[in-house]
Amino acid sequence: MAERTLATHQAIAEAIGQEMERDPGVFVMGEDVGIWGGIFGMTSGLRQKFGPERVMDTPISETGFVGAAVGAAVEGMRPIAEIMFVDFAGACFDQILNHVSKINYMSGGRVKVPLVITTAIGGGYNDAAQHSQCLYSLFAHIPGLKIVIPSSPYDAKGLMTQAIRDDSPVMVFLHKGVAGLVWMAPNPRAHGPVPEEPYTIPFGVADVKHEGKNVTIVTVSLMVHRALDAAEELAKDGISAEVLDLRTLVPLDKEAIVNSLKKTHRLLVVDEDYLSYGMSGEVLAVVAERALDYLDAPPRRLAVPDVPIPYSDPLEDFVRPDAAKIANAARELVG
Amino acid sequence: MEVSKETLIALYRSMVRIRTFEDRVAEIYWEGKTPAFDIGAGTIPGEMHLFQGQEAVAVGVCAHLRQNDFVASTHRGHGHLIAKGVDLKPMLAEIMGRKTGLGQGKGGHMHLFSADLHYGCGGIIGGGLPHATGAALAFKKQGRDNVAVAFLGEGAANIGAFHESLNLAALWKLPAVFVVEDNLYAVSVPKTISTSVKSNAERGAAYGIPGVLVDGMDVMAVYEASGEAVARARRGEGPSIIEALCYRYRGHFEGDAEPYRTPEEVAEWRKKDPIPKFHQQLLAQGVLAEAQANEIDAEIAAEVKAAEDFARTSPFPAPEEALEHVFA
Repeated sequence: MAERTLATHQAIAEAIGQEMERDPGVFVMGEDVGIWGGIFGMTSGLRQKFGPERVMDTPISETGFVGAAVGAAVEGMRPIAEIMFVDFAGACFDQILNHVSKINYMSGGRVKVPLVITTAIGGGYNDAAQHSQCLYSLFAHIPGLKIVIPSSPYDAKGLMTQAIRDDSPVMVFLHKGVAGLVWMAPNPRAHGPVPEEPYTIPFGVADVKHEGKNVTIVTVSLMVHRALDAAEELAKDGISAEVLDLRTLVPLDKEAIVNSLKKTHRLLVVDEDYLSYGMSGEVLAVVAERALDYLDAPPRRLAVPDVPIPYSDPLEDFVRPDAAKIANAARELVG
Repeated sequence: MEVSKETLIALYRSMVRIRTFEDRVAEIYWEGKTPAFDIGAGTIPGEMHLFQGQEAVAVGVCAHLRQNDFVASTHRGHGHLIAKGVDLKPMLAEIMGRKTGLGQGKGGHMHLFSADLHYGCGGIIGGGLPHATGAALAFKKQGRDNVAVAFLGEGAANIGAFHESLNLAALWKLPAVFVVEDNLYAVSVPKTISTSVKSNAERGAAYGIPGVLVDGMDVMAVYEASGEAVARARRGEGPSIIEALCYRYRGHFEGDAEPYRTPEEVAEWRKKDPIPKFHQQLLAQGVLAEAQANEIDAEIAAEVKAAEDFARTSPFPAPEEALEHVFA
């Protein structure tokens, strides 16, 4: 029998549904998570199955419902709050910055906040400056938040299940281009085999999505897909690229980065988030501290060059990394 | 409203407990901060926001709450936590940054949490309001007849979190009560130049819920109004707003030069002090005898002394404990 395949958003919805069956404390709230199933499909089919009490459409009140998720979590529930676009997190940043991330700490570990915030990230479809950001590094900077960024349906289900079972706050960032939505440009890598039974993937374990020996491409999310495309191109030139998918930024699998560099001796970090003060800089810092001796060339970074995401095609294409840019950078590093 | 003698004495006792504790905290706070004021020095370093003058509000409301009812408090939260029934020892130990404190020294005076008492507070204005809504949502989902109370200052009624929390609580008919302590000033800014309505009780109309204005210097007025609001919430009839007009006797924080109000104004409000007033009422009603009042004073003084001894002799956390509890 052929393996069952799902789109990434379906894998997330399946994880949520299975956890809702297992644990009556799990519920979802957010804007358009009900009949619509979430604008990016992370709750598709759940309202029909579990009803409006457990899959709650909220008003446009990010502070209200993210803060309510905190209160519900403290009182024994395991809420999942969806912030439709990560760009909207500004509307509830205080809750994330000062409450979600800090209550466990400020209480000396006595008040747990087991909640999951799901949100959609990324560009590539002309949604411009206020609907195309990634911003995961912004949240990874705040102590107390676990940061999960899946790139495949298989990873998405396992990481989402882990997130719901975790007693700490977790933010799950799904790239719209990874979701596998019917209304976005088709992306075969957004569909893949997913086991039907529940399973977890531990946080802080990066995954080698493509083995190689000449250069390591460290990235997350949709840029994993682009790096895999680049690796196929590079192979034609005889360059063997290793694609390392971090999967979680917090915790960060530093060992996996170092181990890959021991083999390839060259590093390219690809990030669809802004260049400065972000993931790419953090990975380079880890390498500077732990793996400088293994490098045969200065490390390279490809990221959004510290500008907002523009609207027009040539502008947006210019600022976002893609397979050709990744392949070129890798060639330069190896050459 | 028929109120038992035991309840009346409990209300009185609780107010005295808050006042006595905070009077002592104020004294300890200034240890090591004179002659030159250094906010980070002394036995109790950092900011200190005291509650004196507002005791009737905390006590009148919390008298209706159970141990497992939820309270979201503020930066000025000592009164609410004591009225909820906290053990003063770990509370004062936390304020002194000790290992034995409620938060093992990580929270301090502005960030006190008690899992046992379902109590939390914080230093961000309005930050706790949606937490009360969420706790109330959990109670409804779990089929518990518990209530969530959010205390806030009148200044917090102008932040978006207030309106989002009220709308959600009303929309979902949650067992919540929002208690606005109108002490006239948001730090230094008076309500007259911050708030579009005369009373935040009027804002109940915006959410289709009851809004009641009470004299927050009168513990029985607060007790009666909040009794109705809490009972209504427990019956599943939804949230309410109570605005209690009160006054803080000390500055916004210790060290506040108070340029925004006159000593005469403070003296006027001192005459309305809820504790001596209630004391006199209870004596006149024959509910309380002087001897019993003295006994209560002595018991509470001993309790505060024991808490102070406990806190002072408690160890500080080891420095590297700073790295613990980032995650559960």
